[in-house]
Amino acid sequence: MSVTDIHKDPGQLTMTVVTELDAPPDRAWQLWADPRKLERWWGPPTYPATFVDHDLTPGGRCSYYMTGPGGDRPHGWWRIVAVDAPHSLELEDGFADEHGAPSDGMPVMVMRVEFTDRPGGCTMTLVTRYASLADMERVIEMGMEEGIRSAVDQIDGILAGD
Amino acid sequence: MVVGFSDRTDIDEAWADLVFGALADRTRRDILRRSMDGALSVSALARNYEMSVTAVQKHVAVLDRAGLVAKRRRGREQLVRTDVDAIHAAQQLLDRIEVLWRDRIDRFTDVLDETTEGAAP
Repeated sequence: MSVTDIHKDPGQLTMTVVTELDAPPDRAWQLWADPRKLERWWGPPTYPATFVDHDLTPGGRCSYYMTGPGGDRPHGWWRIVAVDAPHSLELEDGFADEHGAPSDGMPVMVMRVEFTDRPGGCTMTLVTRYASLADMERVIEMGMEEGIRSAVDQIDGILAGD
Repeated sequence: MVVGFSDRTDIDEAWADLVFGALADRTRRDILRRSMDGALSVSALARNYEMSVTAVQKHVAVLDRAGLVAKRRRGREQLVRTDVDAIHAAQQLLDRIEVLWRDRIDRFTDVLDETTEGAAP
């Protein structure tokens, strides 16, 4: 059971997500540190993520792509800013071209995740900062597309099962 | 590549910056709340704050430029009315980001629960 509190700050262009997890920090950390576990939650079900490179050290690079139902493959990258396992991780997340090279003029988000102990588990606090409102809009447009496809596919799946 | 990527014009971006810049101030958010029914003038609004009518006038001008309020003359007074549709549009933008994150966190906790159940006691 987890409780998620989301705080949006339009002035600062940040979104803070606070989730109470029923597991200690080192176990929750594995969902970021183990690329095979990370792949299972980073992308939506119809756009599963595949991490090609995954180096969680300061200055390290990760690159990934997501595979859509039509075979389309949006690519993304991370640049690791700071790591303190299993307590905190700060990274930049951006879009890449089909060769994995960062795309010019595309949004880059700064993400910071922290794990703090609490009785029975830990609290994961995730702050995402956008450079501009236009960036926020682009991220939404891309994400919404994935979300809509995902919902449509689920409906199709239910209908096919009858 | 990513389908459904709609082109944003400079005008859209400028509008968005104006709207969120206007919403980032506590006094201006309070003015929006008080101006929902469009019955208050700038000087009537100013009585709620420890600042000059001119200062409140400036806040209203910021909201006006962002399209969040409309001003209407009544005799010597200017009545301020909040544009509820504009507020709604800004809020929707943020709500959509929230949905994306809720979905992602749901997946995160599912994977975590699985790995926790699978662990030796």
